[in-house]
Amino acid sequence: MPTIDQTLAQYSELFMLLGAMAFTVAFIAFCWDLAKSSKTIKAVEDRLAAEHATADVAVLVGAAGASSGSAAGRTAGGSAGQAHTVEMASDSMNYGKERRAAARIGVALTVLATVILAAGVLTRGLAAHRVPWGNMYEFCTTGALMVAVVYLIALTRKDLRFLGSFVIGLVVVMLIAATIGFPTPVAHLIPALQSYWIIIHVSVAVLASALFTLTFAMSVLQLIQGNREARGRAGKADKLAFMRLVPSALTLENAAYRINAVSFVFWTFTLVLGAIWAEEAWGRYWGWDTKEVWTFVIWVVYAGYLHARATRGWTGTRAAWLSIVGYLCVVFNFTIVNVFFAGLHSYAGV
Amino acid sequence: MSQTPDGAQRHDDAGAPAPDGPGTGGGKGRAVTDRKRNRKRDDVAVPALGFLGMLRWAWTQLTSMRTALFLLLLLAVAAVPGSLFPQRPANPAVVTQYLTDNPEVGPWLDRFQLFDVYSSVWFSAIYLLLFLSLIGCVIPRAIQHYKAMRSQPPRTPRRLSRLPEYGSMAVPAEAGLSARSAVEEAARLLKRRGYRVNVRDADTDRPSVGAERGFAKEIGNLVFHTSLIGVLVSVAIGGQFGYTGQRVLVEGETFVNSLIGYDSFNPGTGFTEDRLDPFSLTLDKFEVVFDRESTTHYGQPLDFTATMSVREPGQPAEQQVLKVNHPLTIGGSNVYLMGNGYAPVVTIRDGEGNIAHQGPVVAIPNDGAYTSTMVIKVPDAKPEQLGFVGFFLPTAMEGEDGVAYGSDPDPMNPRLYLNSYYGDLGLDNGDPKNVFVLDTSNLTVLNDRNQDSGGIELAAYETKELPNGMGSITFDGLVRYAALDIHHDPGKLGALVFSSLAMAGLGASLFIGRRRVWVRAGTHDDGRTMVEWGLLARGEDHRLAPEAATISKLLRDQWLTDAGPQAHNSKSAAGVDNS
Repeated sequence: MPTIDQTLAQYSELFMLLGAMAFTVAFIAFCWDLAKSSKTIKAVEDRLAAEHATADVAVLVGAAGASSGSAAGRTAGGSAGQAHTVEMASDSMNYGKERRAAARIGVALTVLATVILAAGVLTRGLAAHRVPWGNMYEFCTTGALMVAVVYLIALTRKDLRFLGSFVIGLVVVMLIAATIGFPTPVAHLIPALQSYWIIIHVSVAVLASALFTLTFAMSVLQLIQGNREARGRAGKADKLAFMRLVPSALTLENAAYRINAVSFVFWTFTLVLGAIWAEEAWGRYWGWDTKEVWTFVIWVVYAGYLHARATRGWTGTRAAWLSIVGYLCVVFNFTIVNVFFAGLHSYAGV
Repeated sequence: MSQTPDGAQRHDDAGAPAPDGPGTGGGKGRAVTDRKRNRKRDDVAVPALGFLGMLRWAWTQLTSMRTALFLLLLLAVAAVPGSLFPQRPANPAVVTQYLTDNPEVGPWLDRFQLFDVYSSVWFSAIYLLLFLSLIGCVIPRAIQHYKAMRSQPPRTPRRLSRLPEYGSMAVPAEAGLSARSAVEEAARLLKRRGYRVNVRDADTDRPSVGAERGFAKEIGNLVFHTSLIGVLVSVAIGGQFGYTGQRVLVEGETFVNSLIGYDSFNPGTGFTEDRLDPFSLTLDKFEVVFDRESTTHYGQPLDFTATMSVREPGQPAEQQVLKVNHPLTIGGSNVYLMGNGYAPVVTIRDGEGNIAHQGPVVAIPNDGAYTSTMVIKVPDAKPEQLGFVGFFLPTAMEGEDGVAYGSDPDPMNPRLYLNSYYGDLGLDNGDPKNVFVLDTSNLTVLNDRNQDSGGIELAAYETKELPNGMGSITFDGLVRYAALDIHHDPGKLGALVFSSLAMAGLGASLFIGRRRVWVRAGTHDDGRTMVEWGLLARGEDHRLAPEAATISKLLRDQWLTDAGPQAHNSKSAAGVDNS
């Protein structure tokens, strides 16, 4: 077996530390963005008010002119006015025109931190001459990297900066867990993990978990937002002004559903590929090992979530709860089950 | 909101007869039964349903989406205890220990089958009901979908502008496009996009085309659910006709695949001995590599390699390599490397001076340094049967307290530390006994480190005389052994095929969009040809708006050379109603 490169291993640890620091600063920037949301909201309001005024002019002009123009003007004015009073964030989750300096800093730092963390994970793998997915430390760091990458990819398509403090917060937690909870010096894989299936099975599992992390954040926000919307309808005061930067509960629910559908497929892959590996390593594809049990439980909970969306009375809040319960199971499976439950998935050196 | 099943359904009801429901596994069939059920529940003073009526009612209940969802969540909850309590199939010894340690709670847990969760009555009831509910849902939906696939796209709705996606355009009179040819061209374009099309009212002044695509979505959904049944059946077949067996094989030993060759054997209920593939295995060599470079993981195992000679009838012996993650396949059986350890070779002479035992004794490793427990039973010793219990350490070190401990997994200072007993070992009355446990309750102590005689401590090639002239024990050598699992599972291939089908079906059902498009044309009084179109998604489909935009562009490119008067809107995006 090739010798472990200790110098590279030390660089890896340095990168992990720097990455964690950069993520922490990014997290602070995203929090700052939410904290100064009132200012952003004011900017949006000003813009919408201006558009509203233009629309009113259009209505006046339209009334004097053709009747079709009047209809269009009224519609535009009406929708702008509605947005003006109800929500800031667009339900399409596309980027708006406002400069959100703090959020931009947050995204820039996230990119930087992701690059540093990627270097950390990569050097770890190079130092050990294998995929860096052999113990809890490596799962945590790779998982954190995957969450950050998935989030950045999602950011290129939609304005999900409102999720920043939640998602990057989770990334920081994962990195802290890795460096403080499960510090493990780089080493070779034990024979049980020496299989190409580790590349397939673990990568898919980490990817699915990263996507579940995003939808977890969305579902939590959906519940908060739904509650806030209900308060708004009841005419109560809005205590969570920063949530005006967050899209409506329904938009969050639909976005979470789309991502959950993808990650459910990945989780199904995790389960089936894991079963194939288990058949090769332990002689049976399914044996109700504790890890298998929890992988199954997670699969069933998210299957329930997908069915809930097609069941009367189970959409909205209940579906969000299922998504949250599913993610809590993922976290439980990853932490408690790996560390405290005896089973075939007990890893060397945790 | 256009994307909810309810919304889609409303459109169906208003538009055309809908043969099947929208669906991420749910569906109209279930939604309708839900509604029926609710009505029934409101009606409290139900007249007697009769036996058949009751059955019908129970079936409707069972196959409703809500029940299925409830059973699904219940299954998740019911699976959890199996990870909290030790399970008999995986680890019977731990269950026995648990029952001994918890004499109060243990039997109660056992009564509720919490040590056999996955074969328990309650767990079986949940998943069998769930599968029954699934069958009750899949069959009618398959019939409905079969009909839907054979029928034409539904009638064109009177007001297309009410559909979630709507667009319209006017083709100038100069283009010379008749309403009929507009519809026919639209049909051709849609067909090229994979839609099934049907032109209707072609001879009237308002011809239209109905189009539908994405039938594979529901097929995927049905394949997924049916495949789950297939997986369950494959698991059942494997459990019924398969077997698993364990055998510890010391270097140089040969295993013959027959019932007598196994240390332990767990056949399925449909197993017969002729299902055992005729082969034999000899463990020629077992090599272990430990990490000697790492300072942090020094002594961690890096590689286990068993070199085996495989003999099948009518074929010359063939040497094969067995490793963890690389099983041997012989006929329909697989051989797995599950564990390994040391087997110290000992010679025991009895009180009469005869050799009562000679050969390797399997020691079971308990930690990374291969600190191993071992038991030797010598029923042939005379005048008294002898028994030994103790430890084997590959590299023994002595701590400050004088207690020996194992410091390395490689045999650099192999030592045996044993207590000895004499008396009736209890092997003669035919009761099965665990070879790795010595019941000392009916035995008398010979050697013990707490007694004057002291414990037996043997380095390589040393001999120790037992007290009272009861015999002697010699540590002659050391070999390794491999713990093998031999499995035969005839349901394995089925499980693989069905789970692959399930994954394919799942992908299709989640990511294929089932959509309907209608295009209607008519000629305006001023000679312009007016074309309008509407789209409707069946089930969850976030790509309906992009699809509407694509179709709008296709139609425009077809008839308008430069941008003319046009109106396209996406209701779901803008919330604008232009009717």
